[in-house]
Amino acid sequence: MSLLEIRNLKVSIDAKSILRGISLKVGKGEVHAIMGPNGSGKSTLAQVIAGNESYEVEDGSEILFEGQSILDWSPEERAQRGIFVAFQYPVEIPGLSNLEFLQSAVNEKRKSRGESPIDLWDFEKMLREKMEEVGLNPDFVERSVNEGFSGGEKKRNEIVQMAILQPVLAVLDETDSGLDIDALKSVAEGVNKMRSPERGFLVITHYQRLLNYLKPDYVHVLYNGRIVKSGSFQLAIELEQRGYDWLKDEVVV
Amino acid sequence: MEEKLIDRDTKNEVDDSMLTIEEFVNKEYEYGWVAPIEEELFPKGLNEEIIRKISERKGEPEWMTEWRLNSYRLWLNMKEPRWANIRYDTPNFQDIRYFAAPKMRNKPQSVDDIEPEILMTFEKLGIPLEEQKRLLGIAVDAVLDSVSVATTHKEILSKFGIIFCSMSEAIREYPELVQRYLGSVVPPSDNFYAALNSAVFSDGSFVYVPKGVKCPMDLSTYFRINASETGQFERTLIIADEGAEVSYLEGCTAPIRKENQLHAAVVELIAHKNAVIKYSTVQNWYAGDREGRGGIYNFVTKRGKCLGENSRISWTQVETGSAITWKYPSCILQGDNSVGEFYSVALTRNYQQADTGTKMIHIGRNTRSTIISKTISAGYSQNTYRGLVRVMPKAENARNYTQCDSLLMGNKCGAHTFPHLDVRNPTAQVEHEATTSKINEEQLFYCRSRGIKTENAISLVVNGFCKEVFEHLPMEFAVEATRLLSISLEGSVG
Repeated sequence: MSLLEIRNLKVSIDAKSILRGISLKVGKGEVHAIMGPNGSGKSTLAQVIAGNESYEVEDGSEILFEGQSILDWSPEERAQRGIFVAFQYPVEIPGLSNLEFLQSAVNEKRKSRGESPIDLWDFEKMLREKMEEVGLNPDFVERSVNEGFSGGEKKRNEIVQMAILQPVLAVLDETDSGLDIDALKSVAEGVNKMRSPERGFLVITHYQRLLNYLKPDYVHVLYNGRIVKSGSFQLAIELEQRGYDWLKDEVVV
Repeated sequence: MEEKLIDRDTKNEVDDSMLTIEEFVNKEYEYGWVAPIEEELFPKGLNEEIIRKISERKGEPEWMTEWRLNSYRLWLNMKEPRWANIRYDTPNFQDIRYFAAPKMRNKPQSVDDIEPEILMTFEKLGIPLEEQKRLLGIAVDAVLDSVSVATTHKEILSKFGIIFCSMSEAIREYPELVQRYLGSVVPPSDNFYAALNSAVFSDGSFVYVPKGVKCPMDLSTYFRINASETGQFERTLIIADEGAEVSYLEGCTAPIRKENQLHAAVVELIAHKNAVIKYSTVQNWYAGDREGRGGIYNFVTKRGKCLGENSRISWTQVETGSAITWKYPSCILQGDNSVGEFYSVALTRNYQQADTGTKMIHIGRNTRSTIISKTISAGYSQNTYRGLVRVMPKAENARNYTQCDSLLMGNKCGAHTFPHLDVRNPTAQVEHEATTSKINEEQLFYCRSRGIKTENAISLVVNGFCKEVFEHLPMEFAVEATRLLSISLEGSVG
C-alpha cells in the first residue's frame, strides 16, 4: 500500500479545468519531485492535498492516504492524520504568536489521538530549538505568525512547522522559490533531517537547485494539468539544461 | 481560577471537527439559568413612594433620600435620547421592578451566614465566596439583583486603609466620602439614564484607596441579575487619592428570559494627583435569542475624572453580551499631564446592537489619550464605534491617538464608525486610523491545514485581532475574555 496514491485527479476552479487526470504513487521513505512550468497546476495539486475547499475535485478522482480516501476529510483531519503542506505563500496572522499557533495545532492533534496536552514549557523549548536549526531567531516564537517576516523567513517558518508537526506525508509547494542560497541550504537540511523510512515527501518546484540538495528518488513533470513524464533525478538535470519546451513538443507528438 | 476555567472549557466542548463555519451551532448562553432563590420583590412601577421605600429599605440617611428624589424629579422632565445607532422600543418604566433582594434569614455577619442557594449561585458562576474557596489575589463584591451579598478579602484591604464595600454600606459608614464624590463626575442631570439611576440605584461597589497606597490585589464586582422583570441599576464609585493605584474588574451575567431587561448603571472614577485607576469590564449579559427576542438593554454611563496632575485612568472593556449596548466609558483629563486610555473589544452577533466608544475631554496641559477600538460583527448585528475627542482651549500640547478596526463576519451585519474630533487648541495633535475588513478565509484555511478545527481557528484569528486590547486586561480576565470570545464566536459566520 502506498503512502499516497492519486488516481485520475481532475480539479477545476471557477469552472476552469486545471488538473486533467493525474495519477501518482508515493511510497514510504520516498522523495518525489514534481516539476513543471508556471501555470501547469503544481500549486493546485498541493492545495487539493491540503483540502482547500475552493477547488472543485471532479467525480471519479481519488486521493488515498495509507489506503483511505481523504477527499471527504476536512483540512484539519488531514493534518491530524499526518499530512502537511508547506505553502508557497504562507499567510500572516496578526496578533497570534507562533507559539500559540503551533501549540494549538499540536494539542488538537494530540487530543484527536486521546493524548493529553503538551507541556507549554517543554514545547516552547523545542520550538526555539527547531527555529534555531533552520536559522530563525528563536525569539520568533513570540512573533505573530508570519507577520512582517521576509520571504525567506516565512519559508523557514514552514519548515519549522513541519518539524514540529512530524507529518507522515509532507508536501512542499515551491518552498525554494525566492530563497537565497543560505536559506535554500537551511530548508534543504531541514527536509533531509526529517527523511525516514516511515515518511514520504512530495516536493513541488520550478527549479532544480533544491533538488540538488534533496536528491529525489523520482521526478515527475507536470504540464498543462497532466504528468507528461516521470523519471529519476536525471530527469531534473535534463530539465535544467534543456528547459521545458522539448517536453511540450513531445506531448504534442 | 485557572482550574475552574479549564473545567468550564471541557463542559462546553462538542465534537464538531467536521462542521463547516456555516454549520456551527449557536451555542446557548451558558449562564442562562435561574437560581431558586427566594426574593423580596418590590411592586412594579416608579414613583416617589417607591424611591422612598428603596431608600428606607437600605437604611439610608435623609440626604440620600433627598438626592434620589431630586434626581427622580429631574428625570421626569427629561427625554430619552435617540441619537444612538440602535433600534428598540423604549422600556415601559412603570412595568419594571426597581428592587429585588434575595431573602436572607439573618443579616449575614460573615460569608458563613449567607444562604447556601446564594453561595451556590456565585459558585456556579465561578465566583466562590467562602473563605477557603476564594479566588486568590482578587477581592470580590458579589451583587445579586439589587443588593451586594458579600465582599471578600475586606480584612486584608482594611489593613492598607482601603475601603472596599457595597455602595449601601458606604452610604451608611462613609457618608462624608460619598457625599463629596457621588455625582461629581456624572451628575444626576447628565443624561436620562443617569438621572434614572441616581433616583433608583440599588447597590454597587464603593472603593477608596488612600494616599500613596497601591492596592495589593485586584478588586472586582460580579453583577448577577436573577429576578425577572427587574431592572438593575448599580452605582459604582471609585476614588484613588494622591499617588494611589487600583485595578478594578467588573463581570456580569443574567438568566435567559423572553422579555428585555433594563440595566442602567453609573460608574464614576476619580483619580487624584499621580493616581492610577485601571477599570476592566467583561460584559456578558444575556444577549437575546437567535431571533433577537429578550436580552438585556445595557444603557450605562461610565466616566472617570483625572482630577490631579499626572493621574491616569484606563478603561478596558470586552463587550460580548446584551441585546443592546449603549455606553461610552470616558475620561475627563483635567489635571495637567494626565492620561486617559480606552481599549475596547465589542462583539455582536445574531440581532445584537452595540453603540459604544469613548469620550476624551482634554482640559489640562500636556494631556494624552489613546483609543483602541476593535469591533467584530456577525449575524444580523449592528456594531457602532462612536467617539469624541475634545481638546479645550487651555489644553496645550494635548495628544490623542485613535485606532478603530472593524471585522465583519458574514454579509448581513454592519460596522459603523463615528469619530468626532473637536479641537480648540492649535498645539494639539490628534490622529485617527480606521480599518474595516472581513474575516480572512485564507487565515482560517492556514490554521485548519495545521490541524486546528474551524471554530478554534476563528477564535485564534479573532483573538489575534483583539490582542492589542486583551494585552491591557489583567491575567485572569484575559483568559476569561479569550474564552468568552471563543464561545460567542461559535455560529457567528454565515
